[in-house]
Amino acid sequence: MIEVKDLNKSFGAKQILKGISATFEAGKCNLIIGASGSGKTVLMKSIVGLIPVNSGHIVYNNDTDFINIDDAGRKELRKQIGMLFQGSALFDSMSVEKNVIFPLNMFTNLTYKEKMNRVNECLERVNLKDVNKLLPNELSGGMKKRVGIARAIVMNPKYLFCDEPNSGLDPQTSIVIDKLIKDITDEYKITTIVNTHDMNSVMEIGDYVLFLYKGEKYWEGHRKEIMNATNQQLNDFIFAGKFFREIKEQNTKRLSDEKNK
Amino acid sequence: MVEIGVGSVGIVVIVSCFLGAVVTVQTAYQLTTPLISKSIIGSIAANSIILELAPTVTVLILAGKIGSKIASELGTMRISEQIDALEIMGVHSSAYLVLPKILASTLMIPLLVIISAFLSIYSGMWVGEFTGAVSKEDFMTGAIQYWIPFMANFALIKATTFGFIISSVSSYYGYYTEGGALEVGRSATRAVVVCCVLILLFDYILAQLLL
Repeated sequence: MIEVKDLNKSFGAKQILKGISATFEAGKCNLIIGASGSGKTVLMKSIVGLIPVNSGHIVYNNDTDFINIDDAGRKELRKQIGMLFQGSALFDSMSVEKNVIFPLNMFTNLTYKEKMNRVNECLERVNLKDVNKLLPNELSGGMKKRVGIARAIVMNPKYLFCDEPNSGLDPQTSIVIDKLIKDITDEYKITTIVNTHDMNSVMEIGDYVLFLYKGEKYWEGHRKEIMNATNQQLNDFIFAGKFFREIKEQNTKRLSDEKNK
Repeated sequence: MVEIGVGSVGIVVIVSCFLGAVVTVQTAYQLTTPLISKSIIGSIAANSIILELAPTVTVLILAGKIGSKIASELGTMRISEQIDALEIMGVHSSAYLVLPKILASTLMIPLLVIISAFLSIYSGMWVGEFTGAVSKEDFMTGAIQYWIPFMANFALIKATTFGFIISSVSSYYGYYTEGGALEVGRSATRAVVVCCVLILLFDYILAQLLL
């Protein structure tokens, strides 16, 4: 479980995060949603310590406050974190295999054979075969994301962070990636946090949804509650697309018909 | 080491051959009086090459090649979140990425300077022979006659210092790049300009202190 308490972050005079508090449940797929510029990425990068915050607390597993932790503790905790970046962030100069084996080389004493077994296991888990020797620039966007996921889970992390995993992907590949994230979360009992503004992802995988609007928490709850939420900003965000507007209208009509009967 | 050292041999060879040739021809052009021995041309050319041209001019060119490479490489890693990915894994990114570059540059640039000095002197000697400005024997007699061993040490001290400046300054500008592709280009340009200025500044400081 990850608990965020009263998190504030400013860049100069501009306050990006305004007193965010949330609890990301263990073993669940937690989603941070919001429009572009709402502070999703800053929140996620603050939680993993890539961006120092102005005030607040980030508590991992009920006992470790990431804000007041020393360097050694931070390094230790980060070994339990896997992250998929928006642009995948694969190391350009390394092949797929070397990208995935990298954390094992840095932090384990496994033999080469053991490491390769683990690499192949992770690549198979993300449905990638015969790509071991390819370089990142030889992969498609979806494949890069999958290699990024394989690298993120290779150390058996407790926490998985995914920053806009569907950005730049076609709808079909987005569904594959969403399903993969959800399956991995359930399979390994990982606490997963996903940043997204893709409503399909929200409806597919969101066990807990946190909605940010201009750096503030405007709504939180389960994906099943989201369609009937009364928060104006959330509704504007969800029903910006025609598809979801039609679903909303159908729902409203159905409810009113049932009421009239 | 391979990229910084071996990868720079080509440009060092080209620059050094022309440097040596030009120095010899220009020195010969200025020493027209028969009262001065022709071997002086070899002495002036060799001393200029070892003291200044090989360690400074070659390194200024290497600053452009190696400095821009390091800054743009690290800058691209920064904006594409590869450095963040290292940090998330618990890897100390600056130590992992920058330290090997500083070590490679500090070790390889003195070697490149040694290659440059040899090539410049030999090209100067052959050009002197071909143009009839000074014979090979006279050139080498002058070069050896006025040879001071400390000049080689001084050249290596300069090369090591400059190697450290190139790698550390360009790593700094690359590592702290913010923004997009445009900023990567700016970081690389800034790194090269600052490297060149610092090389010239330290060239003077070292000459003042050690000679």
